[in-house]
Amino acid sequence: AAKAVSGVQSGTVVDDGVQRPWKLSDARLVLEDGSVWKAKSFGASGTQVGEVVFNTSLTGYQEILTDPSYAGQFVLMTNPHIGNTGVNPDDEESNRCFLAGLIIRNLSICTSNWRCTETLEEYLMKRNIMGIYDVDTRAITRRLREDGSLIGVLSTDQSRTDDELLEMAKNWKIVGVDLISGVTCDAPYEWSDKTDSEWEFKKGQSTESFHVVAYDFGIKHNILRRLTSYGCKITVVPANWPASEVLNLKPDGVFFSNGPGDPAAVPYAVKTVQEIIGKVPVFGICMGHQLIGQALGGKTFKMKFGHHGGNHPVCDLRSGRVDISAQNHNYAVDPESLPEGVKVTHINLNDNSCAGLQYPKMKLLSLQYHPESSPGPHDSDLAFGEFIEMMKNNRL
Amino acid sequence: ASASAKDGVTVRRFPAAPTEGGRLAGVRKIMILGAGPIVIGQACEFDYSGTQACKALAEEGYEVVLVNSNPATIMTDPDLAHRTYIGPMTPPLVERIIAAERPDALLPTMGGQTALNLAVSLADSGALDRLGVRLIGASLPAIRAAEDRQLFKQAMDRIGLKTPPSGIGTTLEECISIAEDIGEFPLIVRPAFTLGGTGGGIAYNRAEFEDICRAGLAASHTQQVLVEKSLLGWKEYELEVMRDMADNVVIICSIENIDPMGVHTGDSITVAPAQTLTDKEYQRLRDYSVAIIREIGVECGGSNVQFAVNPADGEVMVIEMNPRVSRSSALASKATGFPIAKMAAKLSVGYTLDQIPNDITKKTPASFEPSIDYVVTKIPRFAFEKFPGSEPVLTTQMKSVGEAMALGRTFQESFQKAVRSLETGFAGWGCAPIKELDWDWEKLKYSLRVPNPDRIHAIYAAFKKGMRIQDIHEISFIDKWFLTELKELVDVEQFLISRGLDQLSKDDFYQVKRRGFSDTQIAFATSSSETDVRLRRLALEVAPTYKRVDTCAAEFEANTPYMYSSYEYECESVPTNKKKVLILGGGPNRIGQGIEFDYCCCHASFALREAGYETIMMNSNPETVSTDYDTSDRLYFEPLTVEDVTNVIDLERPDGIIVQFGGQTPLKLALPIQQYLEDKKLVSASGTGLVKIWGTSPDSIDAAEDRKRFNAILEELGIEQPKGGIARSESDALSIASEVGYPVVVRPSYVLGGRAMEIVYNDEKLIKYLATAVQVDPERPVLVDKYLIDAIEIDVDALADSVGNVVIGGIMEHIEQAGIHSGDSACSLPTRTVSAKCLDIIRSWTTKLAKRLNVCGLMNCQYAITTSGEVFLLEANPRASRTVPFVSKAIGHPLAKYASLVMSGVTLPELGYTQEVVPKHVSVKEAVLPFEKFQGCDILLGPEMRSTGEVMGIDYEFSGAFAKAQIAAGQKLPLNGTVFLSLNDLTKRHLAEIGRGFRELGFNIIATSGTAKVLQLEGIPVEPVLKIHEGRPNARDMLKNGQIQVMVITSSGDALDSKDGLQLRRLALAYKVPIITTVDGARATIDAIKSLKNKSIETLALQDYFQTTDASQNLQAAQSAS
Repeated sequence: AAKAVSGVQSGTVVDDGVQRPWKLSDARLVLEDGSVWKAKSFGASGTQVGEVVFNTSLTGYQEILTDPSYAGQFVLMTNPHIGNTGVNPDDEESNRCFLAGLIIRNLSICTSNWRCTETLEEYLMKRNIMGIYDVDTRAITRRLREDGSLIGVLSTDQSRTDDELLEMAKNWKIVGVDLISGVTCDAPYEWSDKTDSEWEFKKGQSTESFHVVAYDFGIKHNILRRLTSYGCKITVVPANWPASEVLNLKPDGVFFSNGPGDPAAVPYAVKTVQEIIGKVPVFGICMGHQLIGQALGGKTFKMKFGHHGGNHPVCDLRSGRVDISAQNHNYAVDPESLPEGVKVTHINLNDNSCAGLQYPKMKLLSLQYHPESSPGPHDSDLAFGEFIEMMKNNRL
Repeated sequence: ASASAKDGVTVRRFPAAPTEGGRLAGVRKIMILGAGPIVIGQACEFDYSGTQACKALAEEGYEVVLVNSNPATIMTDPDLAHRTYIGPMTPPLVERIIAAERPDALLPTMGGQTALNLAVSLADSGALDRLGVRLIGASLPAIRAAEDRQLFKQAMDRIGLKTPPSGIGTTLEECISIAEDIGEFPLIVRPAFTLGGTGGGIAYNRAEFEDICRAGLAASHTQQVLVEKSLLGWKEYELEVMRDMADNVVIICSIENIDPMGVHTGDSITVAPAQTLTDKEYQRLRDYSVAIIREIGVECGGSNVQFAVNPADGEVMVIEMNPRVSRSSALASKATGFPIAKMAAKLSVGYTLDQIPNDITKKTPASFEPSIDYVVTKIPRFAFEKFPGSEPVLTTQMKSVGEAMALGRTFQESFQKAVRSLETGFAGWGCAPIKELDWDWEKLKYSLRVPNPDRIHAIYAAFKKGMRIQDIHEISFIDKWFLTELKELVDVEQFLISRGLDQLSKDDFYQVKRRGFSDTQIAFATSSSETDVRLRRLALEVAPTYKRVDTCAAEFEANTPYMYSSYEYECESVPTNKKKVLILGGGPNRIGQGIEFDYCCCHASFALREAGYETIMMNSNPETVSTDYDTSDRLYFEPLTVEDVTNVIDLERPDGIIVQFGGQTPLKLALPIQQYLEDKKLVSASGTGLVKIWGTSPDSIDAAEDRKRFNAILEELGIEQPKGGIARSESDALSIASEVGYPVVVRPSYVLGGRAMEIVYNDEKLIKYLATAVQVDPERPVLVDKYLIDAIEIDVDALADSVGNVVIGGIMEHIEQAGIHSGDSACSLPTRTVSAKCLDIIRSWTTKLAKRLNVCGLMNCQYAITTSGEVFLLEANPRASRTVPFVSKAIGHPLAKYASLVMSGVTLPELGYTQEVVPKHVSVKEAVLPFEKFQGCDILLGPEMRSTGEVMGIDYEFSGAFAKAQIAAGQKLPLNGTVFLSLNDLTKRHLAEIGRGFRELGFNIIATSGTAKVLQLEGIPVEPVLKIHEGRPNARDMLKNGQIQVMVITSSGDALDSKDGLQLRRLALAYKVPIITTVDGARATIDAIKSLKNKSIETLALQDYFQTTDASQNLQAAQSAS
């Protein structure tokens, strides 16, 4: 029941009878630790609850807004200036915004970019997403760093007291909730778009073609584009699509996508993965990686505040090479819990957490982070090539 | 490998000692090349990088040999390298040092273009191979591929990247044919292998094109210029890239230039991170940068890549890359907290990025890309006013002499802070009167269209006059994002104007302060005073918070207190209750206030830290060592204004504040701070007393600067000074002049550093000076003093403690006569022609004066000794002077360290420094001047300082030391050939002596008619030559034909001279023929040539001249005593 209100874009705002070149605070963020943050709203108004996470990417707010993995979360961008380049049709990572809201320090008062077609504020308003600005985002980030991710309530509703909002925050749960069913596609579809030639950075053309079935747990378009650029023809299937039907298609490989929330909350997906691995080459990213971990009998756990950013160093333990990677996850696989034979191939150098797995016996690869980037650096793009190699070798 | 990741963060273990990674096989001893003197385009950022490199490699257990001619640097402190060579950096001399030291490796990427060019020469000549030295950090092919325009373009072609259509010319004819191929003006001309784009520029027509090409070909190390299509109106971006030997590559920082293409990046206002790129566009630049550093083959270390982006369609062109640390990398280091030079040094000995901990978080590795949660703005500072005749226009050739950087949570905040950090009379952007010039539409449009130092203020005027964002964008090509942000500041100003100060609510105050407005600006807009604004603001509890720079946008805990202010919710400063001292830095570099003062600030921090104080540095200059977060315990990167300093004082409540080391900047703050402290009576955080300014009291500083008070003191002490007076009108000035007799030195009383100072010889010139150069009225009096002809000038640095002990640090004799600004004059320590009697007078007066002024710390005095042996005091400054680093290195005692300890209460006897040290060796300082960069201005030395830097030569004889200093300063002293003499009437009586001197050295003499006649009368063989206006062949032709090897010209200053003479002097500069403009300079040059002819130059390390252990032991003893 959110309604659109005018934010900063309208220029001079009249409050309490005085013309000011800024608007007065009209929103609150109440965190479960009891702190109340006064802010200014943009986009939709209303009251919304979610888990607050911070993202340290300097660019790519539009990709983040449309990344289904943020379902149920408020994304706080640590870069203070957001909205500078507006929004454009090419930088969408899905057809919707699934996140609960956007928390920023400063909303750009104009846009400047040759691809821009809309301001961020108009865009969020149309998509009914709440945003707040003019809040000490660094102070909140430090809190999240110290205390871990926090549940928060965002409200423009002046009639509700801080305590009511705090109560809402305390009663809301994200652990153990199946968020995937809310973001996955309704029915299978084919995907054939490559990365646009303007943005393609990979050298050389793929000659061989592979049929890949991709499970959509909240899949980002750029994963599909990268796979297609590497020569894949993709059938995207919903999260609950039976493994048997997938195997009947006799695909060259199966891909398990990224997605929101707790991997332990989707036992059906773990079961699907279990039914597929070992039979065809598989590749998993993020949620896909965590589901593979669980399917192999391993455990996942919730991290303190997760990894959300575009600057994480990941070491490929097989080569010693360090990639700068895009990351977005709150849960991780505990490598100690994995069976014999499963190799940890990648670790996040910031905290040595598991960032990639390989199980040659099962023809399986998975990465905790985002080789498809978007947003983020392209260093790990070759991971898609590895998947292709695996499918190629499986054909021989 | 991943034991307990469950808590989110596990502590990583990094190798404490060199591992195999940090060990280059067979390398034990590494030579580092410094950047030499401060010149435009190469300033103290290379002291910052070189110092980091020395420290990093020494820490790794390598023996470090340093070569740098610049004595004002921290890196040339004798304890930073094992062997320190302060002297000329020519390939043959450095080869000699290599032969003596036999280093295993040479690191050439820390000393800017100077070091890179030197390394290339040493490699080309085979010296490195012969002596078995390997280049580390960048290989020869990589340096070539990056620096040679043609090779660079080819490399870009190979990896499919676009570069602007262009061609390389090695002759004027080739350049013209390239221009015809490209087909349209404007064209950009860039010489290869020069720093700061010397000799380059933008040509809008054929005639201009030919001029620039000619200058560029002459300036290029390789006689190559690149002629390329101008990308006028495209946006400019830079990325700082690092690569290790395992081929891991990271981007440290992206920088967006507010000034579009066409302005040298050093002269551009720049912002980090980039603000107007989407992720796709940024990642494309990132991919390109990675591909470029790989293709060029920079095997490890930092590089800087510059791109142009077409704002209409995103098309990208690669402009250039620097395969070394640079001014931009220093900026990026300060902007992000990632120490590029330090890391580059470690990578050069084989570490990989993931083996090195992030300096700030300590727990995460350096193999990451900093994320920042603030905006950084850098604004250059210019000095066009010092170079009359040159046009204040910004092009692809760098002309700025310094820069200020500021951090804020938003662009508006950081931009406003940067503007006020510049110290150019603006308290921020806007809220100021509009310049008269900008009321004229046409002139205003010109200022918007043609890049110039005041363009940002023209934008303000344009908004105030109602110009729209779109119109300004179309004229200036400045991105609308920045213009819109600025427009909002004008709207806020309008809001302030419409409200009274007492009508502003707490929230209003926050909103305004969050946009970077200073109290002074708010006072202007609300017609109140700065104090009123401050009181009102504090009454509403609106005070700044301090955020930390941590490389990671708060993701991890930062151990390093590197802070900036912002008006936010949470303050992260967490001040301690330790005994602590706040050191105020010097702000942006400018002519007259540069690295020397930063050196003093750093030394204060080092000494007091060692003595147990927590040291807090406050400065706004990103190029310096003082703003390295490693230098002090805490760093506030803030503008140096009363508001910003008192904010930090309120928060930190230090025991002491040091204002006498940062030059004029903190001195000007001394009185208001003193006032503030007296009013507030702040108790220091340590609880041991009140917060106070340490050292000489602001009142004493004022007594030395206030002409009236100072005169009374000198009279009381019986110290002589040249006759003169204060003129409040033209008639005053004329009557003083007639009383003391011409020539007189005139200068405005309200400016310092020799600004607008002139020597005039008659009434007519005096009237002209008063009419054109300065305003004279009762508010702005002009000082008129007797000019002492042919007097010798003496500089004295002295040290006094709080109980009245005074010890002379050094007495320096200037080479050039009194009247040439001391900063532009060469000098010798010890003195060489001054009688013992005069020296005694100088010592006694200096001591008396220091006692009378209650100096505690450093004092600098300047004296003149006339030909008849009379001594006069010219000036006394109770503060650190420009010569402190030079003197410290010459005598082997760190005077600034002593001074800071003295200010903390230690006495000179406790320090063990009780006697003037007169060394057996001779040290000569020579100034380096930037005339090449300022087309059209004259190169004569005068009372106004114009040098940007200095070099030092040390030898056991004066002539040898002078020769070394000359060579180090870039003078190519000829050993034979022809000297051109042209002396004015005032100096003709020295002609015979100079003529004979050159004859004895075997030189032929040519001279213009007047000079030739005198020589002939003296029986000195001379060949007369025509002046330019007299016909041909004339002196100009001979210069161009290479028939003149050295010139001695003393200017008559008449109309003909300022045309013909100027032309000849500029030409000599262009052809790099040494030109001497003073009699004393000529004498010293003759001595130096004689010395060079008689014996080869000896290269000795600084450590060889001293038993340095004595001094440092004394210091340690004193520090533990305090």
